[in-house]
Amino acid sequence: MKLTRPRITLTTVGKHAVLILWSLVVLFPIWTMLINSVKPKREIFRNPFGLPSEITFEGYQNAWTDGRFDLYFGNSLFVTIVSLVLILILGSLAAYALANWSSRASNFLYIYFIAGLMIPIRLGTINLFQIIQSLHLEDSLFSLIPVYIAMGLPIATFVLTSFIRSVPSELLDAARIDGASEWRVYATIILPVVRPALATVTIFNMIPIWNDLWFPLIFIRAQGSRTVTLGVSLLFGQYQTDWTRALSALSMAAVPVLVVYLLMSTQFIKGLTAGALKG
Amino acid sequence: MTESATAPTPQAKPSRPLQRHVNLLGGQWEAQRRRAWILFLVPAFVIYTVFMAFPLFNSMRLSLYSGVGLTPDRYVGLENYVQLLTTPLWRDRFLNAVGNTFIFFFIHMAVQNTLGLLFATLLSTRLRGHSIYSAIIFAPATLSVLVTGFLWTLILNPRWGMLNQALEAVGLGALARPWLGDANLALPVISLVSSWQWVGLPTMMFLAGLLTIPDELSEAARVDGASAWQIFWRVKFPLLTPVIGIVSVLTFIGNFNAFDVIYAMAGARGEPGYATDLLATFFYRTAIAGEHPVAQPNMGIGAAVATITFLILLSGVSIWLIFGRGRNQEVF
Repeated sequence: MKLTRPRITLTTVGKHAVLILWSLVVLFPIWTMLINSVKPKREIFRNPFGLPSEITFEGYQNAWTDGRFDLYFGNSLFVTIVSLVLILILGSLAAYALANWSSRASNFLYIYFIAGLMIPIRLGTINLFQIIQSLHLEDSLFSLIPVYIAMGLPIATFVLTSFIRSVPSELLDAARIDGASEWRVYATIILPVVRPALATVTIFNMIPIWNDLWFPLIFIRAQGSRTVTLGVSLLFGQYQTDWTRALSALSMAAVPVLVVYLLMSTQFIKGLTAGALKG
Repeated sequence: MTESATAPTPQAKPSRPLQRHVNLLGGQWEAQRRRAWILFLVPAFVIYTVFMAFPLFNSMRLSLYSGVGLTPDRYVGLENYVQLLTTPLWRDRFLNAVGNTFIFFFIHMAVQNTLGLLFATLLSTRLRGHSIYSAIIFAPATLSVLVTGFLWTLILNPRWGMLNQALEAVGLGALARPWLGDANLALPVISLVSSWQWVGLPTMMFLAGLLTIPDELSEAARVDGASAWQIFWRVKFPLLTPVIGIVSVLTFIGNFNAFDVIYAMAGARGEPGYATDLLATFFYRTAIAGEHPVAQPNMGIGAAVATITFLILLSGVSIWLIFGRGRNQEVF
């Protein structure tokens, strides 16, 4: 045993070396972004990697007020929250029905919903654009919400149906015999029980919706309806020379997500991986 | 997946007296329940159909039509496809985009998924700090592609970029390049940035796969005198093939839709000179923004591009379903 020990330590050191090296490759760009966003303009070029000699939030102030990121943040929050809430409600209702109802029709519907996991909604963009125009929703945040709901429903039905199937049927039947309607069974028994699965669905959909560029880029022109990602995309042409401002805006788009992620990284990783694995 | 662990244990059947009781209530009750279920399904079905299934189908139908503006209304059969594949300008850009997309995909397979497998293997030994490493490896995947894309564009900038400055600082100034300006380098460099961002996903999937392999297997092989290297390739790797299949198919679907990273780092035209043009950026220009030199969106041809992309994806997924499905029954 003693003889093999040095070899084991050596491989352990090697493993840590590889992982630490990669961690630096990940953290270095993020660090550069954050540290330079609070430096005075000139210092970025003189000293791009070191700590700032003085900390200034000028760039943030500029982006927030002049760059209208205050507005974009509100828009992104609104779209993300409304879409997520509706995905959870519609998805759990559908999943409850699919989990209980066994028939050829429900099997077909289940596969119909699940097929959306494999097919990117972007391929339907041309017709979606026409639909949005004919509903006069262009330039409105409400053009994004139904698309995001449709995008989130496959994973929601998939995760929630398999979860609801694992709820003991005695529990539901007992309530039904006591005269509870299906609605009541759903609201009072199912919803509280599936909370962990609802969290998974939320995590899985939150990031893609918050970060989406494609649909805002196509549906939205007006400044009043821009999302954070769209705002960031417009920024580079404008302030290519104003690095403090550009880096501040990038940091502002990244920091909220990173904070949420750091607070619950384990759930994030599990949710996203489970979703991807099952998808 | 811990969610299912905290879920109540699945029960195959209700206990017998209760089952009889339920049956006694008979068909009328069943019909009433079915009505409720159908009502529950309607909202999700309508939104999903109107904003996903129908537009997808309808966009493909539009590839058979031609016309100016938003709604092509003249039926032209396969004319759009013929134009796309025979008119020199369309054909060259289209084939260029298809080729670039495959290169983009292969680099992700070679770099992103290989690194993912390496990191997962290291993390699966549960070495100290493994959860911190996991959190760091995964972190870029939570960021907007646009943010990471712009950030790397700044770092790779030939004049003031931090990478070239760092190279010079350590005496490797000769290696400094206009990373995104060189037509031969731009696509590989952007593929590497994208791999950097997404490597956390395959890492976590491989890790989940590795952790389901019982320790007894590697233990038995070790007792028989197998080295760690042999255990990995002869015992673990074969058992990982289902996960490798899923990772590949997800990479394939993701890469054939990649748009943001090119838009952020090389613009909608895949600069320099279409060297980084992918199917999604090509589709964006033909259908939405207008392709140079016409500068007018052509919905019919755009729809044809989307349909061909769909068919490429479908064949990729089919290959996986045919060859990988036997081991992946739980997926569908």
